[in-house]
Amino acid sequence: MKRRVVVTGMGIYSCLGKTLDEVRESLYNGKSGIIFDPIRKEMGFLSALTGHLEIPNLKGVLSRNQRVYMPEEALYAYCATADALKSAKIEQDYLDTHEIGLLYGNDSSAEPVITSVDTMREHKDTTRIGSGGIFKSMNSTVTMNLSCIFKFKGMNLTVSGACASGSHAIGLGSLLIGDGLQDMVVCGGAQEVNPYSVCSFDGIGAFSKRESEPGKASRPFDKNRDGLVPSGGAATVILEDYETAVKRGAPIIAEVLGYGFSSNGDHISVPNVDGPARSLEMAIMRSDIQKNEIGYINAHATSTLVGDQNEAKAIFKVFGDHMPPVTSTKSQTGHEMWMAGASEVIYSMLMMKNNFIGANINFETPDEDSAKLNIPAKRLDAHFDIFISNSFGFGGTNSTLVLKNL
Amino acid sequence: MTKSEIEAKAKSVLAEEFEVEESVITPDADIKKTLNLDSLSLVDLVALMEETFNVKIKGTEIIKIKTFTALYDFVLARIEEK
Repeated sequence: MKRRVVVTGMGIYSCLGKTLDEVRESLYNGKSGIIFDPIRKEMGFLSALTGHLEIPNLKGVLSRNQRVYMPEEALYAYCATADALKSAKIEQDYLDTHEIGLLYGNDSSAEPVITSVDTMREHKDTTRIGSGGIFKSMNSTVTMNLSCIFKFKGMNLTVSGACASGSHAIGLGSLLIGDGLQDMVVCGGAQEVNPYSVCSFDGIGAFSKRESEPGKASRPFDKNRDGLVPSGGAATVILEDYETAVKRGAPIIAEVLGYGFSSNGDHISVPNVDGPARSLEMAIMRSDIQKNEIGYINAHATSTLVGDQNEAKAIFKVFGDHMPPVTSTKSQTGHEMWMAGASEVIYSMLMMKNNFIGANINFETPDEDSAKLNIPAKRLDAHFDIFISNSFGFGGTNSTLVLKNL
Repeated sequence: MTKSEIEAKAKSVLAEEFEVEESVITPDADIKKTLNLDSLSLVDLVALMEETFNVKIKGTEIIKIKTFTALYDFVLARIEEK
C-alpha cells in the first residue's frame, strides 16, 4: 500500500520575487522578470535577454566557512530552502533528530569552472583557485552545500535531467516517501544565471532576439515566438508522508497524486509528441483520477517553435475532449531550466490556493496547434483543485506531476 | 618591504578574507584558532598570502607556521630570497 505524499512547505527565489507573496503578486499581475543585459552583448551573445535576479548576500546569515563553497545557485537554493522549512514549521532541532532526505535538481555549475581555470592559466598555480573551487564546480554543489548547512541525514543527491531536473526531483522524492523509504524529502531545483552558463546555448540560436521588448520576448504558444529566454533562481518544496505530517501538526498544502515520466528516444534537442504524451498519460493513470478532474495545465512550453508546437499536439492528443486551461508561466519568467520543474509547481500552487490562473502573457496570435488548446491571454478568476505540471528536457527526458489541493 | 609593513598588510587582508576583527590578529595568537581554519581553509590562507605578497608557499611549509609573527617572518624571508 503506497503512502500518501503531501506538500507542507514552499520557498522560492525567482525573477518574479524573493517571497511567495511577491511571486503571487507577479503572477496575478502578469509581471515579466526579463531584462536586456548589455554585458552579454559586449561578450558577443546573439541575444542579451535574461531573467533578472539579485545575488543574495548571506554574510551574517551563514559563516565564511559555509559560504566559501557556495556558487550562485547554491545561494538561491539556500534562500528558497530556508523559507520552505520555515513555512513547513520545521526548525533545526527537528532536522537534527529526524532523517530528512534531499533531492534537488541541478545540471550545471559553469561559472566556478571558468573562474577556476582562468585563475590556473593566469598564475600557473592551482592553489590560487582556493578551497571553494572544486565544491562550487560540481553539479551536486547545491545538495552538497544544503545537506551540510541544514544537517540533512537521509537521501542526499542531485537530480540532473536537463530542463526536467526540478520536476524529476519532486517526482522521485514522492516515490521515496510513497514507498516508505523516507518520511520527509526536501525537493527542488536551482539554476545559475550568468553568461558563462548559457553562452553555448546562445550559440545554437535558441534564444529569442526580441531585444527591443524584453518583457514580450518569451511568448509560449504565440505564432510569432522566436526562441526562449534563459532565466533561473531556485525553488524548494517540502514533501512529507501524510500521516507524519498530520502527527506533527504540519500545514498541509497539497498532495502529490502522481508522477509520470518517459524518454523520447529521439533527437537530442527537438522534442517529439509521443514521449511527452506518454509522460502525461502515466501521471494521470498513477493519480487515479479522471481527465475531467484536472482544472489547469502548467505547460513546459518555452517559446520555441517546435517545442511548443509538439507539446500542444501532445496535450491535445491526451486532453482533446476535456481541455482545461493551459498556460506556460515561462511567458513571465523565461526558461528557468534546472529550476523550472520545481518553480512551476510552486507557481501553480500559488494560483490554486488563490483562485486564479495567471495569463499566458504575450499570447496574442495562436498558431495551428495552440489554437486547439484553451490558453487564456488574460488572467482568469478560477478555482481549481487539481493541476498538471509538465517539464521536458534535452535528451528527451520528460516529467509530469499531478497535484491536488488539500 | 619591512616586517611591520608585512604585518599591516597581512592583518588587513586576513581580517577581510576570514571575517575577523583586525584586533584579534595579534603576533603570538594561534593562526588556525584565530581565523577558524580547517584543512580546507588552510589552502585559502596560502592563496591569499601568495596573491598579496607575490610569493610561492608550499602546503608542507604553511602547516609548520603556528603564529602570525612566524607567518610574517616566513613571508619576509621568502620576499628577500627573490
